[in-house]
Amino acid sequence: MSLQGTNRETGGVLIVDFSGRITLGDASAMLRRTIRELNASGHKKILLNLADVDYIDSAGIGELVSAYSSVRTAGGELKLLNLTKRVNDLLQITRLFTVFDVQSEEWTAIHSFK
Amino acid sequence: MAPKAKKIDVTLESVLESVDVAESMIMRISDTAGFSDEECHKIGMAVREGVINAYNYGNRKDRNKKIRMIVELAPDTMVVHIVDQGKGFELEEVADPLAEENLLRTSGRGIFLMRAFMDDFRVQNGPEGGADLVMVKKLPIPGSNNGGGVPGKES
Repeated sequence: MSLQGTNRETGGVLIVDFSGRITLGDASAMLRRTIRELNASGHKKILLNLADVDYIDSAGIGELVSAYSSVRTAGGELKLLNLTKRVNDLLQITRLFTVFDVQSEEWTAIHSFK
Repeated sequence: MAPKAKKIDVTLESVLESVDVAESMIMRISDTAGFSDEECHKIGMAVREGVINAYNYGNRKDRNKKIRMIVELAPDTMVVHIVDQGKGFELEEVADPLAEENLLRTSGRGIFLMRAFMDDFRVQNGPEGGADLVMVKKLPIPGSNNGGGVPGKES
Protein backbone atom coordinates (compact mmCIF):
# COMPACT_ATOMS: atom_id res chain seq x y z
CA MET A 1 0.00 0.00 0.00
CA SER A 2 1.46 3.33 -1.02
CA LEU A 3 1.60 6.27 1.36
CA GLN A 4 -1.35 8.67 1.46
CA GLY A 5 -1.42 11.97 3.32
CA THR A 6 -4.21 14.41 4.15
CA ASN A 7 -3.59 17.84 5.65
CA ARG A 8 -5.87 19.60 8.12
CA GLU A 9 -5.33 22.52 10.50
CA THR A 10 -6.50 22.70 14.11
CA GLY A 11 -5.57 25.32 16.68
CA GLY A 12 -2.76 26.65 14.53
CA VAL A 13 -1.22 23.19 14.16
CA LEU A 14 -0.93 21.58 10.74
CA ILE A 15 -1.81 17.90 11.09
CA VAL A 16 -0.96 15.42 8.37
CA ASP A 17 -2.89 12.15 8.60
CA PHE A 18 -0.74 9.54 6.91
CA SER A 19 -1.80 6.04 5.96
CA GLY A 20 0.18 3.22 4.36
CA ARG A 21 3.86 2.33 4.52
CA ILE A 22 6.82 4.72 4.65
CA THR A 23 9.45 2.83 2.71
CA LEU A 24 12.23 3.33 0.18
CA GLY A 25 10.98 4.85 -3.07
CA ASP A 26 7.76 6.73 -3.78
CA ALA A 27 6.53 6.78 -0.16
CA SER A 28 9.73 8.34 1.20
CA ALA A 29 9.70 10.84 -1.67
CA MET A 30 6.06 11.70 -0.90
CA LEU A 31 6.90 12.41 2.76
CA ARG A 32 9.87 14.56 1.69
CA ARG A 33 7.68 16.52 -0.74
CA THR A 34 4.99 17.07 1.90
CA ILE A 35 7.46 18.45 4.42
CA ARG A 36 9.13 20.64 1.80
CA GLU A 37 5.73 22.14 0.87
CA LEU A 38 4.79 22.74 4.51
CA ASN A 39 8.12 24.44 5.17
CA ALA A 40 7.74 26.55 2.03
CA SER A 41 4.23 27.66 3.05
CA GLY A 42 5.51 28.80 6.44
CA HIS A 43 3.95 26.19 8.73
CA LYS A 44 5.88 26.07 12.01
CA LYS A 45 3.78 23.60 14.02
CA ILE A 46 3.55 20.26 12.28
CA LEU A 47 2.04 17.08 13.69
CA LEU A 48 2.40 13.84 11.75
CA ASN A 49 -0.42 11.46 12.62
CA LEU A 50 0.94 7.94 11.99
CA ALA A 51 -2.07 6.03 13.36
CA ASP A 52 -2.55 4.26 10.03
CA VAL A 53 1.13 3.71 9.27
CA ASP A 54 1.99 0.16 10.23
CA TYR A 55 5.35 -0.18 8.52
CA ILE A 56 8.45 1.98 8.22
CA ASP A 57 11.79 0.73 6.89
CA SER A 58 15.24 2.27 7.35
CA ALA A 59 14.67 4.64 4.42
CA GLY A 60 11.40 5.78 5.99
CA ILE A 61 13.10 6.31 9.34
CA GLY A 62 15.74 8.39 7.56
CA GLU A 63 13.03 10.46 5.90
CA LEU A 64 11.32 11.13 9.25
CA VAL A 65 14.66 12.23 10.72
CA SER A 66 15.22 14.45 7.69
CA ALA A 67 11.73 15.94 8.15
CA TYR A 68 12.43 16.63 11.83
CA SER A 69 15.74 18.36 11.02
CA SER A 70 14.40 20.44 8.12
CA VAL A 71 11.39 21.72 10.12
CA ARG A 72 13.67 22.67 13.01
CA THR A 73 16.09 24.39 10.64
CA ALA A 74 13.14 26.41 9.32
CA GLY A 75 12.37 27.47 12.91
CA GLY A 76 9.45 25.14 13.45
CA GLU A 77 8.53 22.07 15.47
CA LEU A 78 7.59 18.61 14.22
CA LYS A 79 5.96 16.01 16.43
CA LEU A 80 4.62 12.50 15.93
CA LEU A 81 1.16 11.32 16.94
CA ASN A 82 -0.48 7.92 17.48
CA LEU A 83 2.28 5.46 16.65
CA THR A 84 1.32 1.86 15.94
CA LYS A 85 3.07 -0.74 18.08
CA ARG A 86 5.50 -1.72 15.35
CA VAL A 87 6.48 1.87 14.59
CA ASN A 88 6.69 2.58 18.31
CA ASP A 89 9.02 -0.42 18.78
CA LEU A 90 11.14 0.71 15.83
CA LEU A 91 11.64 4.18 17.30
CA GLN A 92 12.49 2.60 20.65
CA ILE A 93 15.21 0.27 19.36
CA THR A 94 16.73 2.97 17.14
CA ARG A 95 16.76 5.41 20.12
CA LEU A 96 14.76 7.93 18.09
CA PHE A 97 12.32 8.24 20.95
CA THR A 98 15.00 10.46 22.47
CA VAL A 99 14.83 12.70 19.39
CA PHE A 100 11.14 12.89 18.50
CA ASP A 101 8.39 14.29 20.65
CA VAL A 102 5.88 11.44 20.42
CA GLN A 103 2.29 12.13 21.45
CA SER A 104 -0.57 9.70 21.91
CA GLU A 105 -3.54 12.05 22.16
CA GLU A 106 -4.38 14.68 19.57
CA TRP A 107 -5.76 17.37 21.86
CA THR A 108 -2.72 17.14 24.15
CA ALA A 109 -0.41 17.11 21.15
CA ILE A 110 -1.95 20.28 19.71
CA HIS A 111 -1.57 22.10 23.02
CA SER A 112 2.01 20.90 23.52
CA PHE A 113 3.30 23.20 20.77
CA LYS A 114 4.87 26.42 22.01
CA MET B 1 17.04 -40.25 9.27
CA ALA B 2 17.34 -36.48 9.77
CA PRO B 3 15.31 -34.37 7.32
CA LYS B 4 17.31 -32.83 4.49
CA ALA B 5 17.96 -29.11 4.34
CA LYS B 6 15.95 -27.23 1.73
CA LYS B 7 17.53 -24.52 -0.37
CA ILE B 8 15.89 -21.76 -2.39
CA ASP B 9 18.14 -19.69 -4.63
CA VAL B 10 16.67 -16.61 -6.35
CA THR B 11 18.39 -14.06 -8.58
CA LEU B 12 16.95 -10.55 -8.43
CA GLU B 13 17.48 -7.55 -10.67
CA SER B 14 19.07 -4.42 -9.20
CA VAL B 15 15.81 -2.49 -9.25
CA LEU B 16 13.75 -0.98 -6.46
CA GLU B 17 10.93 -3.51 -7.00
CA SER B 18 13.27 -6.33 -5.95
CA VAL B 19 13.12 -5.04 -2.38
CA ASP B 20 9.37 -5.74 -2.17
CA VAL B 21 9.71 -9.02 -4.09
CA ALA B 22 12.36 -10.36 -1.69
CA GLU B 23 10.39 -9.26 1.37
CA SER B 24 7.21 -10.87 0.10
CA MET B 25 9.00 -14.14 -0.75
CA ILE B 26 10.79 -14.49 2.57
CA MET B 27 7.59 -13.76 4.48
CA ARG B 28 5.81 -16.56 2.63
CA ILE B 29 8.73 -18.93 3.27
CA SER B 30 8.85 -17.94 6.96
CA ASP B 31 5.11 -18.46 7.33
CA THR B 32 5.38 -21.91 5.77
CA ALA B 33 8.31 -22.68 8.11
CA GLY B 34 6.01 -22.03 11.08
CA PHE B 35 7.11 -18.61 12.30
CA SER B 36 4.53 -16.40 14.03
CA ASP B 37 3.15 -13.32 12.25
CA GLU B 38 5.40 -11.08 14.32
CA GLU B 39 8.52 -13.12 13.55
CA CYS B 40 7.57 -13.21 9.85
CA HIS B 41 7.35 -9.41 9.99
CA LYS B 42 10.81 -9.14 11.56
CA ILE B 43 12.39 -11.60 9.12
CA GLY B 44 10.71 -9.78 6.22
CA MET B 45 12.06 -6.47 7.42
CA ALA B 46 15.59 -7.84 7.92
CA VAL B 47 15.62 -9.26 4.39
CA ARG B 48 14.15 -6.04 3.03
CA GLU B 49 17.03 -4.11 4.63
CA GLY B 50 19.51 -6.62 3.21
CA VAL B 51 18.22 -6.16 -0.32
CA ILE B 52 18.11 -2.36 0.10
CA ASN B 53 21.77 -2.56 1.15
CA ALA B 54 22.65 -4.70 -1.89
CA TYR B 55 20.68 -2.44 -4.27
CA ASN B 56 21.83 0.92 -2.91
CA TYR B 57 25.34 0.39 -1.58
CA GLY B 58 26.55 -2.93 -3.03
CA ASN B 59 25.43 -2.79 -6.64
CA ARG B 60 24.90 0.99 -6.54
CA LYS B 61 21.68 0.61 -8.56
CA ASP B 62 23.65 -0.79 -11.52
CA ARG B 63 21.08 -2.74 -13.56
CA ASN B 64 23.86 -4.93 -14.99
CA LYS B 65 24.49 -6.37 -11.54
CA LYS B 66 22.36 -8.96 -9.77
CA ILE B 67 21.29 -9.65 -6.22
CA ARG B 68 21.04 -13.25 -5.02
CA MET B 69 18.81 -14.33 -2.19
CA ILE B 70 19.57 -17.81 -0.90
CA VAL B 71 17.40 -19.34 1.79
CA GLU B 72 18.55 -22.54 3.52
CA LEU B 73 16.06 -24.31 5.73
CA ALA B 74 17.84 -26.77 8.02
CA PRO B 75 16.03 -28.76 10.73
CA ASP B 76 16.57 -26.07 13.36
CA THR B 77 17.52 -22.86 11.55
CA MET B 78 16.68 -20.70 8.58
CA VAL B 79 19.74 -19.06 7.01
CA VAL B 80 19.30 -16.24 4.50
CA HIS B 81 22.10 -14.95 2.30
CA ILE B 82 21.81 -11.67 0.39
CA VAL B 83 24.70 -11.49 -2.05
CA ASP B 84 25.57 -8.47 -4.19
CA GLN B 85 28.17 -7.82 -6.88
CA GLY B 86 29.72 -4.73 -5.33
CA LYS B 87 33.03 -4.24 -3.59
CA GLY B 88 32.10 -5.68 -0.21
CA PHE B 89 32.57 -3.98 3.15
CA GLU B 90 33.82 -4.55 6.67
CA LEU B 91 31.17 -4.65 9.36
CA GLU B 92 33.53 -2.86 11.74
CA GLU B 93 33.53 0.17 9.45
CA VAL B 94 29.77 0.69 9.76
CA ALA B 95 28.97 3.59 12.09
CA ASP B 96 26.85 2.86 15.17
CA PRO B 97 23.42 4.44 14.48
CA LEU B 98 22.67 4.49 18.22
CA ALA B 99 25.62 6.75 19.03
CA GLU B 100 24.47 10.21 20.07
CA GLU B 101 26.33 11.89 17.20
CA ASN B 102 24.62 9.62 14.64
CA LEU B 103 21.01 9.83 15.79
CA LEU B 104 20.13 12.56 13.29
CA ARG B 105 21.77 10.81 10.36
CA THR B 106 19.29 10.04 7.61
CA SER B 107 20.87 6.69 6.68
CA GLY B 108 22.93 3.89 8.19
CA ARG B 109 20.28 1.95 10.16
CA GLY B 110 19.83 -1.05 7.84
CA ILE B 111 22.61 -3.22 9.28
CA PHE B 112 21.44 -2.42 12.79
CA LEU B 113 17.89 -3.54 11.97
CA MET B 114 19.10 -6.80 10.40
CA ARG B 115 21.05 -7.52 13.59
CA ALA B 116 18.11 -6.58 15.78
CA PHE B 117 15.54 -8.72 13.98
CA MET B 118 17.58 -11.89 13.40
CA ASP B 119 19.30 -14.23 15.87
CA ASP B 120 22.68 -13.98 14.16
CA PHE B 121 24.10 -11.70 11.51
CA ARG B 122 27.47 -11.52 9.79
CA VAL B 123 29.04 -10.22 6.59
CA GLN B 124 31.38 -12.31 4.48
CA ASN B 125 32.84 -12.00 1.01
CA GLY B 126 30.61 -13.32 -1.75
CA PRO B 127 32.01 -15.58 -4.50
CA GLU B 128 32.50 -12.57 -6.80
CA GLY B 129 33.96 -10.26 -4.17
CA GLY B 130 30.74 -8.50 -3.21
CA ALA B 131 29.13 -8.65 0.20
CA ASP B 132 27.33 -11.76 1.41
CA LEU B 133 25.01 -10.78 4.25
CA VAL B 134 24.26 -13.87 6.31
CA MET B 135 21.21 -13.82 8.58
CA VAL B 136 20.22 -16.71 10.81
CA LYS B 137 16.92 -17.33 12.57
CA LYS B 138 16.18 -20.29 14.79
CA LEU B 139 13.12 -22.18 13.60
CA PRO B 140 10.17 -22.34 15.99
CA ILE B 141 9.93 -25.51 18.04
CA PRO B 142 6.89 -27.52 16.92
CA GLY B 143 4.17 -27.39 19.54
CA SER B 144 5.54 -24.25 21.20
CA ASN B 145 3.91 -20.86 20.76
CA ASN B 146 7.09 -18.79 20.73
CA GLY B 147 7.10 -18.57 16.93
CA GLY B 148 10.89 -18.67 16.75
CA GLY B 149 13.71 -16.56 18.08
CA VAL B 150 16.08 -17.10 20.95
CA PRO B 151 14.40 -17.27 24.35
CA GLY B 152 15.28 -14.26 26.44
CA LYS B 153 16.69 -12.32 23.52
CA GLU B 154 15.15 -9.00 22.54
CA SER B 155 14.61 -9.12 18.81
